[in-house]
Amino acid sequence: MEQLKTTAEAERKLLLQTTGLSIGYKQGRNNLKEVATGLNLEMFAGEVICLLGPNGCGKSTLLRTIAGLQETVLGTVEIEGTELGQLKPALLAKKISMVLTDNVRSGDLDVYSLIALGRYPHSGWLGRLTTEDKSVIDQAILSTATGEFVDRKLATLSDGESQKVMLARAIAQDTPIIILDEPTAHLDLPSRIQLMRLLHRLAKDTKKAILISTHELDLALQVADQIWLMQAGGHMATGLPEELVLNGSFAEAFNKDGIMFDPATGSFNMHASGVKSITVNGDGTAAFWTRKALLRKGFHISGAQKESLAVTVLENAGQPRWTLEKDRKITTYHTLRDFLKNVNLIEPT
Amino acid sequence: MLALLVFAFLLDVALGSIHIPFKAVLGILISPDTADTTWLYIIQQIRLPKALTAVVVGCGLSVSGLQMQTLFRNPLAGPSVLGITAGASLGVALVMLSAGTITSLYSIKELGISGSWLIILASSIGAAMVMLLVVTISSSLKDNVIVLIVGVMIGNITFSIISIWQYFSAPELIKDYLIWTFGSLGGVTGDQLLILTIVVIIGTAISFVSSKLLDALLLGDNYARSMGVTVKRARLLIIGSTSILAGGITAFCGPIGFIGIAVPHLTRALFNTSNHRILIPGCCLVGTLLMLVCDIVAQLPGSQTVLPINVITALVGSPVVIWIIVGRNKLKGF
Repeated sequence: MEQLKTTAEAERKLLLQTTGLSIGYKQGRNNLKEVATGLNLEMFAGEVICLLGPNGCGKSTLLRTIAGLQETVLGTVEIEGTELGQLKPALLAKKISMVLTDNVRSGDLDVYSLIALGRYPHSGWLGRLTTEDKSVIDQAILSTATGEFVDRKLATLSDGESQKVMLARAIAQDTPIIILDEPTAHLDLPSRIQLMRLLHRLAKDTKKAILISTHELDLALQVADQIWLMQAGGHMATGLPEELVLNGSFAEAFNKDGIMFDPATGSFNMHASGVKSITVNGDGTAAFWTRKALLRKGFHISGAQKESLAVTVLENAGQPRWTLEKDRKITTYHTLRDFLKNVNLIEPT
Repeated sequence: MLALLVFAFLLDVALGSIHIPFKAVLGILISPDTADTTWLYIIQQIRLPKALTAVVVGCGLSVSGLQMQTLFRNPLAGPSVLGITAGASLGVALVMLSAGTITSLYSIKELGISGSWLIILASSIGAAMVMLLVVTISSSLKDNVIVLIVGVMIGNITFSIISIWQYFSAPELIKDYLIWTFGSLGGVTGDQLLILTIVVIIGTAISFVSSKLLDALLLGDNYARSMGVTVKRARLLIIGSTSILAGGITAFCGPIGFIGIAVPHLTRALFNTSNHRILIPGCCLVGTLLMLVCDIVAQLPGSQTVLPINVITALVGSPVVIWIIVGRNKLKGF
């Protein structure tokens, strides 16, 4: 058992490590604003890390500091054992590639040229591409499925497409670490899921360490091997997503003004908890959505059976049926709409 | 395009206030010995240098304009945005308007306005001073947009100083200065042409060497940094070569507007690329062609009058740019 553990540990290759890192930015000439202190973080090969936290807590500052775009205030960042400050910009560009929130406005650039720019740290002084460069670019295009629009101009791409292209550029840079700053920000839901799945697969297939800052809590919980949870004031909690849910870090980080993180569902409950309690029996899809509807109507869903109000959702040959039990009086409804209308009329006891 | 260029060059040499048949021009260019001596003199001493100057100026201004547009990611940027042209003007104004130190007036009257070494020296120093100021300030700045604004402001300050100077100067002196501001390709001959050519070749070479940097800067400062570009050093290199180009050309030919802004847009439209390895030689081609055409128009074929080149570049060039850009209904590259 002990033997097994040590080999597993050895396989987790440490790519980046921060020790006692303080981050911040300059405000004016001599005014340094620290946003977080004492950060000890680790990034391993083949892992997706999601950096979560409310707006303005310093996520971007942290990413930029780790990537060497911004100076550290205190402490060190080590990349594959070498301290960040010791790495020349050209060498650093071979370690970390980035997808930023910066809008690339150069509409005349075609997709292929943009992806090819990822070879910048590797190509010669005039930027001519060798056959090796070209095969890396082709691989990047293949893995991001951007092949169908390599000839198009950047200005003609949708947000989802252009985000994939920017990722392809980062992949073409061929670095062990990729850092993405809110890559899902302007995407619709399918594109978000697609991108996250792509990043997850990329980390597993190519053994890259991928750090993503995002607001997509539910997606982060699904793809992240590690979560860095940052709070306003610079407090940082790290660990497996599930650990952070179970130890209450999520609730602590996000609960404000009546918005509750529900550890049972891993999502936020935007409805104020109701005064009326109801028990919902049944566990099919219909029961799930009935719970959702009741929450929206301001009910409190109780797990206990002792409530005076209870509904049993039964699915019979794909036809759901709602059986409402109130003070031993039983009524059956055949549509959700009907059920909700009647259950809503009941006065709170 | 090359053929068009050669044709424009020959046409530019062939046309002028004294009529010389096209065949005779070709004859002089191919075997100078057999020709009429007056014609030989006109072609060799006046028209050929002027056409060559047009080529050099077209290249230099276009390339420096392209660099500025890429560095500042601004379609309205051109060689004059950093105040270098203004600096050159200040240098010239200083000499011309300093109310009659006898030597300067003498040398101007003797050698012609734009042909004067004194004027060239004055405007070179003026351009260099402003460039030094902009580079010094910009070396402590992180954001390229701030550098752009600083450059434009320094240009404004410089022009204000010139205006104040003009306000207190004698009308005859102002007239001389105004004539200089119209620009001229005709005053550059012999040694001056050689020096100007060397300056432009150096500037363009630096620019071509930094074409990879320019490509990376298309994505903005932060992306460029993430790809290993030291943005401050890149900026210094680009501002440096632009200053050499724009400063040098303004010193020898006076301020020539429009080419630097327009040609990069035309080149991007024609070559349909954003790769600076292609755009820089492309700008040289298009810039040269446009400059030659402007020079041909400036001579008003068939008449004795020659219009100032600075007027023609905008008059001829603007409709061309409007036609191309409106036709495509968008400004490519930005």
